[in-house]
Amino acid sequence: MSDSRYRSWGGYPRAEHEIHKLHWLTDSWPNYLNKPLLPFGNGRSYGDSCLNNDGILLDARGLDHFIHFDTESGILRCEAGVLLSEILELIVPKGWFLPVTPGTRFITVGGAIANDVHGKNHHRNGTFGRFVNQFELQRSDGTRLVCSPPENQEMYEATIGGLGLTGVILWAELRLQKIHTPHMNVESIRFSNLDEFFELSEESNDLFEYTVAWIDCLAKGDALGRGFFIRANHATELSSDPPRSPGRKPGFPVELPFSLLNSYTLKAFNLLYYNKQFLRRWQGTQHYEPFFYPLDGINHWNRMYGKAGFLQYQCVIPHEHGKEAVRNILNEISRARSGSFLSVLKVFGDISSPGMLSFPEPGITLALDFPNRYKKTFELLDNLDILLKNAGGRLYPAKDARMSADNFKHFYPNWEKFSQYIDPHFSSSFWRRVTV
Amino acid sequence: MSKILIIGATSTIAIATARLFASEGNDLYLVARNSEKLDIISTDLKTRGAASVHTKVLDMTDSEQHEDLIKECVDAMTGLDIVLVAHGTLPDQSDCQQSWDKTYKELDTNCLSILSLLTSCANYFEHERNGTIAVISSVAGDRGRQSNYIYGTAKGAVSIFMQGLRNRLHDSNVQVLTIKPGFVDTPMTKEFPKGPLWAKPETIAQGIIRAIKKKKEVVYLPWFWRFIMLVIMHIPEFIFKKLKL
Repeated sequence: MSDSRYRSWGGYPRAEHEIHKLHWLTDSWPNYLNKPLLPFGNGRSYGDSCLNNDGILLDARGLDHFIHFDTESGILRCEAGVLLSEILELIVPKGWFLPVTPGTRFITVGGAIANDVHGKNHHRNGTFGRFVNQFELQRSDGTRLVCSPPENQEMYEATIGGLGLTGVILWAELRLQKIHTPHMNVESIRFSNLDEFFELSEESNDLFEYTVAWIDCLAKGDALGRGFFIRANHATELSSDPPRSPGRKPGFPVELPFSLLNSYTLKAFNLLYYNKQFLRRWQGTQHYEPFFYPLDGINHWNRMYGKAGFLQYQCVIPHEHGKEAVRNILNEISRARSGSFLSVLKVFGDISSPGMLSFPEPGITLALDFPNRYKKTFELLDNLDILLKNAGGRLYPAKDARMSADNFKHFYPNWEKFSQYIDPHFSSSFWRRVTV
Repeated sequence: MSKILIIGATSTIAIATARLFASEGNDLYLVARNSEKLDIISTDLKTRGAASVHTKVLDMTDSEQHEDLIKECVDAMTGLDIVLVAHGTLPDQSDCQQSWDKTYKELDTNCLSILSLLTSCANYFEHERNGTIAVISSVAGDRGRQSNYIYGTAKGAVSIFMQGLRNRLHDSNVQVLTIKPGFVDTPMTKEFPKGPLWAKPETIAQGIIRAIKKKKEVVYLPWFWRFIMLVIMHIPEFIFKKLKL
């Protein structure tokens, strides 16, 4: 079945699957004797970690029931197919928020755990997995394990960031964060080079719960790494003119045969975006939706890249070599006359991630996306890998479709230990690729 | 706040509609065959804000229970404002053509059980002189087609019964709403290849709530099915009988 639902967000690579939808915790699984299984959430992983070519996808999106929400303590229990957007609709009016959220709210709870996702508050809260009290895991032999730090601890650590390979997460219990309003006090500051970015990060991380920067990856020389630094806190008081949720969304209803992004549109966008803000510093109040999820406002924005799709490149580099490596990577991209539409830079905090294969570690994270021009793009990314490896950094599996097996094993030396916890009937396109 | 009875509460369209009812803080009484699924739905709806959720395990083809069901439901919620009937199956047409037993069973599930329940509901609401009866029929009930006429017969009979009921209960201030969804992506239709005409259950649910609030009589969901069916209904029979539909 080549249903467009069962693709990854980057649209590359494509895969053929047999689909089995799960709707109830009591549902049985198909006969899996000769094909590998993989749970599928909402298809927001960019590369092939959510694909299982020639295998079976267990579509867990239908496991979308809430189980309990204690509005006093902020403890929420729900099935693993519930979307973060559905959680927000329930909890925000009651004064609660997700302790960690990535840049899209259209991911399932199971997916958030399996990729141990992070957000703009990593320097304060660490990863999503840190707020998972417990979850239940179903294995292919029929056993069900409740996993938490005191109970089945190793399976708990393997499943957080475990890319869906340890079994199907049935439900999870999360600790939420208290908020007073659905609004954000936001500041956006233009910076003219990388050094200024690092200064802003330094001064902001103690005062602001959320920090992130967009950079103009086409700027060169002295302006290398110029961009906007965005920092925010949850508003504690309602403003007199409260901003509202944006409502109905425009979008791309169909896939385009070609990419809208080429060197001209890329240049125009980056230039316009950098100059959109007349003032060096803008301050204001925003509803949480456009602040956290600007791209969710455009349905299927990934279709803008056309049929060939796009490749994300997100890495983290330890502080020691961070500045230099980011500079080298941006120079290399510029040298290759390539460019990224949205380039995001953030300093991760020191809080350690609970998962065996979790991506975040202390340092600087850079996320870039490139339209898929096959050989040209792959060569550039291979070159970036060399720079990254030399700087002691690593790549984010949830966004990868092409790193080599050698590099994966180098980035994640824990992979062999992790392998012991993989369900014997589970696999993914990603896992087969990086462990050959 | 309303007191709402939902029959076939574990069906996908019913769940999506119940969630909207729950978030408004209504009282719900759910009926379905499977108690495990009812428990899952019940905790989900309570978490989403339902004032109360009652459940009852019942096979709706047991029509002797219908009178008592309405009584129990009214007792449990101390009243009843809205009944949503959403239970049903999608019969295998070719199997039914080979077996009257199978055909009868399907008609029992998709038609007779509904008519029986509506008999009890109608009398209750007529006496109360208030309330809403909403039943999920189908566009398939508008015209018989070779690929699907057992289902069409059941749904068509339900639609006509509802028409009569609407006429009868008009003076009693009771809303009688016939809901006619087109193609909906649910487990019932999982074998069908999906195209642009297919709707999500959440879209249908919003349409149902809107139709109840606006006191509609017959609603096609999504809206464009009204026009598709208008065309289909106007094809002359001597042409229609030759079509492979």
